[in-house]
Amino acid sequence: MKAIVWQGTNHVGVETVPDPTLLLPTDAIVRITSTAICGSDLHLLDGYIPSMEKGDILGHEFMGEVVEVGSAVKKVRVGERVIMPFNLACGVCDPCQRGLFSACDNSNPNHRMAEALYGATSASGLFGYSHLFGGYAGGQAQFVRVPFADVSCFAIESDLRDDQVLFLTDIFPTGYMAAENCAIVPGRDVVAVFGAGPVGQFAVRSAQMLGAAEVIVIDRVPERLRLAEAAGARTINYDETDVLVALHEATGGRGPDHVIDAVGLEAHGHGPGALLDTAEQKMRLSFDRITALRWAILSCAKGGTVSMPGVYGGLVDKMPLGAAFNKGLTFKMGQTHTHRYVRPLLQRIQQGEIDPSFVITHRAALSKGPELYKTFREKHDGCIKVVLDPWA
Amino acid sequence: MSMNSAGGGQRVTPPDQRSTGASMAGAERGLVGVMGVFLLTAGVRSGSAVQKLVFSGLGAGLTALALSGRSPVATALKIRQNADGETLVSDAVTIGKGADELYAIWRRFENLPSLMKHLERVEVLDERRSRWTVKAPAGYSGGEVSWEAEMTADEPGRRIAWQSLPDAQIENSGEVQFRAAPGNRGTEVLVRLKYRPPGGTTGVVVARVLGQEPSQQLRDDLMRFKREQELGGYHPTTEGQSSGRASKGGQA
Ligand SMILES: [Zn+2]
Ligand SMILES: [Zn+2]
Repeated sequence: MKAIVWQGTNHVGVETVPDPTLLLPTDAIVRITSTAICGSDLHLLDGYIPSMEKGDILGHEFMGEVVEVGSAVKKVRVGERVIMPFNLACGVCDPCQRGLFSACDNSNPNHRMAEALYGATSASGLFGYSHLFGGYAGGQAQFVRVPFADVSCFAIESDLRDDQVLFLTDIFPTGYMAAENCAIVPGRDVVAVFGAGPVGQFAVRSAQMLGAAEVIVIDRVPERLRLAEAAGARTINYDETDVLVALHEATGGRGPDHVIDAVGLEAHGHGPGALLDTAEQKMRLSFDRITALRWAILSCAKGGTVSMPGVYGGLVDKMPLGAAFNKGLTFKMGQTHTHRYVRPLLQRIQQGEIDPSFVITHRAALSKGPELYKTFREKHDGCIKVVLDPWA
Repeated sequence: MSMNSAGGGQRVTPPDQRSTGASMAGAERGLVGVMGVFLLTAGVRSGSAVQKLVFSGLGAGLTALALSGRSPVATALKIRQNADGETLVSDAVTIGKGADELYAIWRRFENLPSLMKHLERVEVLDERRSRWTVKAPAGYSGGEVSWEAEMTADEPGRRIAWQSLPDAQIENSGEVQFRAAPGNRGTEVLVRLKYRPPGGTTGVVVARVLGQEPSQQLRDDLMRFKREQELGGYHPTTEGQSSGRASKGGQA
């Protein structure tokens, strides 16, 4: 089959690789019909994520049709149209039972590596995202092996197009959980979203669905800001104006009631990849790349929430903790518990509350993937979100 | 509020496991200091921000530890020793099964090698005695180490303890406790091992880095045991999955 393969820092290519096979009786094989490039894939391209190996198949946002199931698979059937959350969860361990799917105890075979890096804890396995997270082959390919098939596969029975349901695998739930974590008081709370990449865009619309009185978006890329404006958000271009002053004035000196940092450390977030990279170049920061988080804390209103869907990986210093303490802020963060959100958000799509395809700017054949990785990274050509067809 | 103030409270750390670090010999200390300074220098000179952060941080840490005389590697790897120079290894895991069930599996010693990969075999000799054989650590001749152990406690559903008999190659003792986890979370399994390593602290450190030291094995074994129980035997794996590595020359 054809697959997008990591060939080394700044090198991805389309290669012909062996078709996946069932490795465990709980696996399924899915023929992929649509697959996307996520902002966090860019950090694999950039070589920021340790433990990638040459030949690893990329991709963690994809969907398709079940073509084979293992003997222990009980719910999933061949021929079913399915979507799969980007994180893998066993469904039976204590975190899974509590709905904390991204904290699954059992899905990462390389738990030891993750424990060594993050302490006595292990992240769940992820599709196509380095050996630290299990080293599972990803779905920027024609077929994929799906572990824990009964937990991973969500059947899509309606006539919704791939474009409309594909992002339930990652960026829509990620933006939604970021907004949900704010515990927005409908009609009263103002929410600021740092980073208007794909996750930021979904955070904006989710905050609105949850009743935010107003949403303010901070970015520097005109297309992204326009897309947020189209949803009814106010925008701040931080290249043109002082963010903290602008937020202060826009909220009558209170600050936004909640702030979503959809950027992350080293712009490692799901989504607006280059926002922070650019900011740190501009600000001549070396390794202390928490500009968005710092702004979030400094701007947030008293008693507010700093919600962090953007990924943080290591040690952070020079964080304005005194400001956070004195304002009594709440911090909520973590990988998305995607499984939890698939059905409720699917329902919102079916009811016409949102059409997630609004974020797509580029469609192409899988073979054009490597070029589009670059287009997406450089934000050329108005690129916000790329969807690839593995069979075109 | 102290741990002991609540009714029915219990000390969490037994007195002989209080030590949390191992001290370094002079040569070890010098070497660590040199490594620290080297890493600091490399960190400051490095062009990459990430390397700068990691190297400088590590370097500063090592240098500070060398000055303090604690063994940083041993401390970082959580190797602990008690006052008698015995190495202490312990770990715990919560498993979503009942204590009686887990106790029963553990109590059948002859089945343990299928759960604990470093165990070659366990032969039950009589009511209280058994013979344990493990793969030897790196650099240890013979490939295997074995000893006879005597059960010193057997409380069904709660606790099993054992002690090696006097002429054991590696003098060791241990216990496993089973305790209901609060809420409906199954059982907390706590394993404590105590042993006298053949090569002293540095030997333990070297073996641990090579992945053949009991603490690492214990962690792996406990996680394997948990997954065996919770996943019905289907351990997560990626072995044999498709990748670009098997397709050299297969460039499209
Ligand atoms: Zn993603
Ligand atoms: Zn789980």
